[in-house]
Amino acid sequence: MERQNPYQPKGIALTLETIGAWALAIIWILPLAYAVWTAFHPPEFSTRFILSAPLTLDNFYRALDAAPFARYALNTFLLVTTILAGQLLLCTLAAYGFARYDFPGSGLLFALVLAQLMIMPDVLIVENYRTMSRIGLVDTIPAMALPYMASAFGIFLLRQTFKTVPIELDDAARVEGASALQILWRVYIPLAKPVYLAYALVSVSHHWNNFLWPLIITNSVEARPLTVGLQIFASTDQGIDWSIICAATLLSAAPLIIGFLLFQRQFVQSFMRAGIR
Amino acid sequence: MKRFSLTIQGWLLVLPALSVLVVFTHWPALATFIDSFYSTPKGRRPSRFIGLDNYEQMVGDPVFWKAATNNLIFLGGTVPLSIALSLIMALWVNDKLKGRAALRMAFFTPTILPMIAVANIWLFFFTPQYGLLEQITGLFGAPSWPWLGSDKTALFCVIIVAVWKEAGFFMIFYLAALQQISPALGEAASLEGASRWMFFRRVQWPLLMPTTLFILINAMINAFRLVDHVFVLTHGGPNNSSTLLLYYIYEVGFKYWDTAYAATLTTVLLVTLGLIAAIQYGLLERRVHYR
Repeated sequence: MERQNPYQPKGIALTLETIGAWALAIIWILPLAYAVWTAFHPPEFSTRFILSAPLTLDNFYRALDAAPFARYALNTFLLVTTILAGQLLLCTLAAYGFARYDFPGSGLLFALVLAQLMIMPDVLIVENYRTMSRIGLVDTIPAMALPYMASAFGIFLLRQTFKTVPIELDDAARVEGASALQILWRVYIPLAKPVYLAYALVSVSHHWNNFLWPLIITNSVEARPLTVGLQIFASTDQGIDWSIICAATLLSAAPLIIGFLLFQRQFVQSFMRAGIR
Repeated sequence: MKRFSLTIQGWLLVLPALSVLVVFTHWPALATFIDSFYSTPKGRRPSRFIGLDNYEQMVGDPVFWKAATNNLIFLGGTVPLSIALSLIMALWVNDKLKGRAALRMAFFTPTILPMIAVANIWLFFFTPQYGLLEQITGLFGAPSWPWLGSDKTALFCVIIVAVWKEAGFFMIFYLAALQQISPALGEAASLEGASRWMFFRRVQWPLLMPTTLFILINAMINAFRLVDHVFVLTHGGPNNSSTLLLYYIYEVGFKYWDTAYAATLTTVLLVTLGLIAAIQYGLLERRVHYR
């Protein structure tokens, strides 16, 4: 039986609170709602909101004609999968090392890892660009992905999770002659599945939306991700054709929006799980 | 012998991640500092040691001071606003309101949308005359105003969009914390006749303190990191009235290609982030998270 919350508002207080909450929610959803309205209606209705306005997909076709969004989408897809694959591999190994191997210097090394929570690659653009041009990776997907692969946040999150695995399971597998990597693969990783899912969702949506570093390190259609492509498209090619910009905006965020609508609960829980340390 | 092999295994496990970290985080942070004492190489002239010249240039650079001041205003605007709003959102969504699932979704949606994409839509909202904002203010007979084109309001718009983007993200942490507060506390408080405000002030708010600190630190870091929307809304203008530190670093480093001066500016940013880390350490000293 659910207990009654004595501070649950009632009567007029409840009405006022509901109105306030909905008013704020409408403001919060307004940009997306506007984008949907404008993208699916002819340009002349982009500033006039009449319910009888005809629906159209024209703006999407025009956006797709005007810029190589399919290529940008492919680049973004390659980018987020490269980053995620690198993160899963590097962070899993490191987290296991920090969680279960109490070797000399591990405390100091872990502190070095945590430093990245404060000093993110996002602000080290000048020097990282220099590094990338030295090793000849400018304008490639690996260049966009590399600085984010060893994620302090991922190592920290997985380490906390691995630490909750009963050491007896580890010992039992060791007695049966399993190697460290076999134990990691058969015991730790399966038990951490929900955390991996949470981390993957956060990582993908974060890097799907990342802009500044990709803007700096790419300069061709072959490498440019959606965010950068969209910005160049909106600022140079189009002037102020709002309906085509809105269509392009929806196109570039569509996979995330659809994923979010389908797996709303998992998204919210993942961000929550990933944020609470 | 066993101990030795465990040490080797431990190092081997952390080494791949650590080397990537060193190459793309620790080394660049250090190199930034070193480069700030050298000149930018130009053509055939290589860079040379110039001591504090870059820092002297910075102290005399009005745009740097403008960016730094703006960044502090941006921090002072976004941090309290987004924390207050996220708390209100969480308290509302925590009550049994009509359509709370839809409310929660509406508040959270900006978190997963690309900033660069939604900034384009906000750009339209702020457009004078036919933009959405002026269509509404026009109904009340307010005169037209160039929201993004005026140095009086550009930074304000940049703050609003950042708050809109962040508040829903912070909300979920408050929501999680609120749901962990035992219902028995509410029952006890109501038996004692505490008002709702009293219950919030004396019970909920203190229990939410660790969450507030966590959000505070994150919001402060974001205040120095969140610049994507500046690229769309104002490009730092007009007259640098809405430029932020990281945006200015981008301009100096990748538009004027003055990398040494950009490194100097980055050093200031890194020191600022270090200060935030020190604040976090000071605030959280008694309850160390990293165990």
